[in-house]
Amino acid sequence: MAERERRMTRPYGGVFIAHSRVMDADDIHRAIRRMAHEVLERNHGLENLVVIGLQTGGVQLAEALAATLEEIEEVGEDEPGVPVGTLDVALYRDDIGIRPVLPEEVTDIPVDLDGKIVVLVDDVLFTGRTIRAALDALVDFGRPRVVQLAVMIDRGHRELPIRPDFVGKNLPTRRDELVDVSMSGVELGELQKS
Amino acid sequence: MSLPAPVHDPAAVRGPDPSRHLLAISDLDLEQIEELLDLTDTFVEVGRRAIPKVPALRGRTVVSLFFEDSTRTRLSFETAAKRLSADTMSFAVSASSVNKGESVRDTVETIEAMGIDAIVVRHRSSGVPAQIARWTRAAVINAGDGWHQHPTQALLDAYTARSHLGSLEGRRVAVVGDIKHSRVARSDIEIFTALGAEVVLVAPPTLLPPVADAWPVTVSHDLDEVLPTLDVCCLLRMQRERMTEALVPSLREYTANYGLTSERADRLPPGALIMHPGPMNRGVEVASEVAERPNAVITEQVANGVAVRMAVLFKLLGPGRAAGAAEALEVEEEPR
Repeated sequence: MAERERRMTRPYGGVFIAHSRVMDADDIHRAIRRMAHEVLERNHGLENLVVIGLQTGGVQLAEALAATLEEIEEVGEDEPGVPVGTLDVALYRDDIGIRPVLPEEVTDIPVDLDGKIVVLVDDVLFTGRTIRAALDALVDFGRPRVVQLAVMIDRGHRELPIRPDFVGKNLPTRRDELVDVSMSGVELGELQKS
Repeated sequence: MSLPAPVHDPAAVRGPDPSRHLLAISDLDLEQIEELLDLTDTFVEVGRRAIPKVPALRGRTVVSLFFEDSTRTRLSFETAAKRLSADTMSFAVSASSVNKGESVRDTVETIEAMGIDAIVVRHRSSGVPAQIARWTRAAVINAGDGWHQHPTQALLDAYTARSHLGSLEGRRVAVVGDIKHSRVARSDIEIFTALGAEVVLVAPPTLLPPVADAWPVTVSHDLDEVLPTLDVCCLLRMQRERMTEALVPSLREYTANYGLTSERADRLPPGALIMHPGPMNRGVEVASEVAERPNAVITEQVANGVAVRMAVLFKLLGPGRAAGAAEALEVEEEPR
């Protein structure tokens, strides 16, 4: 889940104060291009690849990653491209009841996942709980051959044995800091309680 | 647990907290109605999956407490609860201690002592779910009480209409039939009006309640005249079991004047929806052929019913509604 969203829902509500800019728009695009090459290198091409963005922060990144993958592999307009899906994990979270979570965004998995190589995409990897929920959600849609994880920012503080396969940038943070990722850049800041 | 004297019972003074229960459409403001309808979209998508089940309400228990016959509403609620991974218990009055003379309150307290999170209630008397809500810490969902309310039916009607028509603002919705004895009519009027639609009631004078004059609706006794102006035509079942007086001369006469026959259905504008809460009396309020037309969305209503009830259960039991947390708050509020 995007931290942008988390900071707006109680009990985390408050005003985000950025104190440093970690990446700009060009950095984001360079990172996506590098990650795309890594995805292709690891999987020897595009065959059976499905890219799934986690709602809401991972969706734009997933689309950008899929577009870059197609560009690198020179997929023509009339050829089938990389299927891109979205996944809302709100109904699979283990912290329902601890904090309000309402599913607001759609889950849309366009293909059967049996035997596929799924690349999950999210903006920030923090405790790993969102990814845990996403793995649970994924198996309801089929049995992927492999699931790989691509994140723009790995900020540490994992609470579960989960690690990313493709990372835009490793960013050491304090627990109480917040990371804001968009296609125009990455900012590190904190929440001023309102 | 000792019973507090009625005057000292804060719940009795305040009435049940509408945010914890779903008792009537009028308890919801427009924002809450729209939130539930938007949430329903999510659960419609879940219903289309190969495995239409999510773990959102794991460990929660939902009891259906039906003092009156129902198959579709009860099954719909149980399906909804199961798709959210909640445990379900079903209380069939015919096989229970109610037949040995147990009061509703004792029944509710017994069920509650088993540790449950929600009670889905249907009763032939108006107000029973609201009364039960005062006696329990579980969320109470009204699945139909007397002639009063049937809020989940109204939500699924509104959802079905909205999914075909987009916004209901300025749309014309008719509710046709036995308005007087219909909880569905009362809930439908409230929800469609809240969503900005214009509601017209079509019924013989004997099947309209005297209070209809005070409702924000127009009344007509001529179905043929109303049909060409409609976006949605909600038919009600002729409830023979509630017809204690001779309110219509015969069902055949009712059909002749108010039944949606093939000829009448042709008068509807193209794209206008035909809805019915079921169970249908084919050949009475709706002709069999009409119920099979593409603009008759009656089976779609049933499918949407499961998703709407998932949304209601998730809203009441899901986010920020940990059973333990709610209980701790309650105890703080009113020490016993």
